[in-house]
Amino acid sequence: MTELTLVQAVNRGLRVALSSDPDVLILGEDVGVNGGVFRATEGLQKEFGPERVIDTPLSETGIIGTAIGMALYGLKPVAEIQFMDFIYPAFDQIVSELAKMRYRSGGQYPCHVVVRAPYGGGIRGGLYHSQSTEAYFAHTAGLKVVIPSNPADAKGLLLTAIHDEDPVIFLEPKRIYRSLTGEVADGDYRVPFGKANVVVEGTDVSLFAYGAMVPPTVEAAQALLSEGISAEVVDLRTLVPLDEKAILASVEKTGRAVVVHEAARFCGFGGELSAILAEKAFYSLKAPIARVTGYDTPFPYALENSYLPNPARIAHAARAAARTQ
Amino acid sequence: MAKAATSKTGSQGSADSFPEDRIVEIYRTEVLARVMDERCLTLQRQGRIGFYVPLAGQEAAQIGSGYALDPSDWIFPAYRELGLALVRGIRAKSLIDQFIGNSADLTKGRQMPNHYAFREQRFVSASSPIGTQITQAVGAAMAAKKRQDPIVTITFFGDGATSSNDFHAGLNFAGVFAAPTIFFCQNNGWAISLPREKQTLSPTLAGKADAYGLPGVVVDGNDVRAVYRAVREARARAIAGDGPTLIEAQVYRFGPHSTSDDPSRYRPEEAVRKAREHDPVLLLQSELIRNRILTKDSDSKIWEELKAEVARAIEAAENTPAVEPLSFFDDVFAQPTPTLEEQRASFDQLLREGVLRP
Repeated sequence: MTELTLVQAVNRGLRVALSSDPDVLILGEDVGVNGGVFRATEGLQKEFGPERVIDTPLSETGIIGTAIGMALYGLKPVAEIQFMDFIYPAFDQIVSELAKMRYRSGGQYPCHVVVRAPYGGGIRGGLYHSQSTEAYFAHTAGLKVVIPSNPADAKGLLLTAIHDEDPVIFLEPKRIYRSLTGEVADGDYRVPFGKANVVVEGTDVSLFAYGAMVPPTVEAAQALLSEGISAEVVDLRTLVPLDEKAILASVEKTGRAVVVHEAARFCGFGGELSAILAEKAFYSLKAPIARVTGYDTPFPYALENSYLPNPARIAHAARAAARTQ
Repeated sequence: MAKAATSKTGSQGSADSFPEDRIVEIYRTEVLARVMDERCLTLQRQGRIGFYVPLAGQEAAQIGSGYALDPSDWIFPAYRELGLALVRGIRAKSLIDQFIGNSADLTKGRQMPNHYAFREQRFVSASSPIGTQITQAVGAAMAAKKRQDPIVTITFFGDGATSSNDFHAGLNFAGVFAAPTIFFCQNNGWAISLPREKQTLSPTLAGKADAYGLPGVVVDGNDVRAVYRAVREARARAIAGDGPTLIEAQVYRFGPHSTSDDPSRYRPEEAVRKAREHDPVLLLQSELIRNRILTKDSDSKIWEELKAEVARAIEAAENTPAVEPLSFFDDVFAQPTPTLEEQRASFDQLLREGVLRP
């Protein structure tokens, strides 16, 4: 076990994969000599060489298109998109090609690419270094969408992603890249997809969160405890595949649900989660489902703390739900 | 004869010499492509297949380049590459299975006609978005180079695709990484309704290679030998580690863009009539008869044989059972997610209860 930040855990995960499998390679902008703008790939080019940690020209469609070609050929590329906000030039490659390759070829061409991208706000990044648009990808059949919330999961889910057989969009909560540390197992350590993590157990209300929203949600749960409200916090870890069983089990126990994400509300992932609860846990619900999310505005620079859900907003929604009988 | 747009490619090494001993076989492949094209247009009009993308006018470009490749080379096609598929030994029946979308279709009835994939023949899955295969071909070439496999990748696209993001990114990446790739542009004059001269101000499409530091070659796409040599030379360069080449084969699309297109809205029939004077299949036909490699009789026999072969393939494909009604849930992922399993079961239930009919 080693105490690591989340970005260090990503780095260790990549290093384990590169060491253990010669087919794994990394490509992206500034990932080599510079070690990535967040240093996620620091030291890897030096250790594994420029043919396995590849600095590419500045073109996201080039990065993902070539990664797809490499995967078709049998390699296991891990592509880095510098910020999720810059992924859109590659959107066509991701949703039209990567997501559909296995399906459209009748299973002849599996296409396993891991696309890593830092996402989310809280770093004073303004409109184009802050977005959280996981719903676009979760909406596309054929993509797995993974969002770790802590260093141990970052490494364990990343190694699962790299050894999976399907395309994975791996979104890293850059706001907590360095703000928290945790014990991370050494070596090849894997966290399975489709298994949510009950971070805090509780009986009165279920709080669902993922990625950078898990720490403020846990903080809200702690604050509620002092008011006599027992909140359960469920970290979804993977949006696709989704651990519906764990979600339903929690709400069947508490009867109340609050969904938290920093992405805009309208058509956000919380809408899907709320619909699942309404369809499958309707008779367990004692209160309306609440959503605590970003607002339906572009991501604001100076007022980002107003935009982002925080423990106060989360606790407020949970309190209202818990008081509904 | 290839004429250089941005570099000289005139060297005629023995590796590049055209296989004259196979000229009748090459001609037969061109005829088969033409026969299939005509039959498939009819099948679509009769409602027996849903859609079709014709290749008439592009046979020499596709078949000449196909013969210049090694069977181990990887092809990243667009959706008009039927001639190329035939060179790779893909049977007429397999293609028609895909056009129908029946249970023998390797793509399992999931894609529109012409969007096929044949892994065994290294003929990668085609999609409809324009140009996306270009960067993929570069990535596969980079992978082959990393593994030190002595192969090339070749990607096919049209004149319209030279305006796409992936054309730019693909040529740029291939140049930077010296990827063993051939970019084969079939400039057929039309991107649906947009004529070549409105696609770009660039005097040639091959000339765009200059900006990426690559050789660009213009070739008469109606001349099967010139196409063969241009691809052969590009292949030799790629294998030698000298990187990619952009080839612009100048051809003319005789038919509509697809069966959903009406070219009379945007181009005069006179232009097509003039282009048909250089019909690649008929050019080769008259040459072979002139040089007494074929007689009129032996030529007619080739056409009749291939028409019969295609008719048999159509009959066999039409008698092949339909796809299994639940199969559209397969292959989304390697293993279905619980969500997909639930949806499959719920659809199955609708079938069982008779709410839906397959």
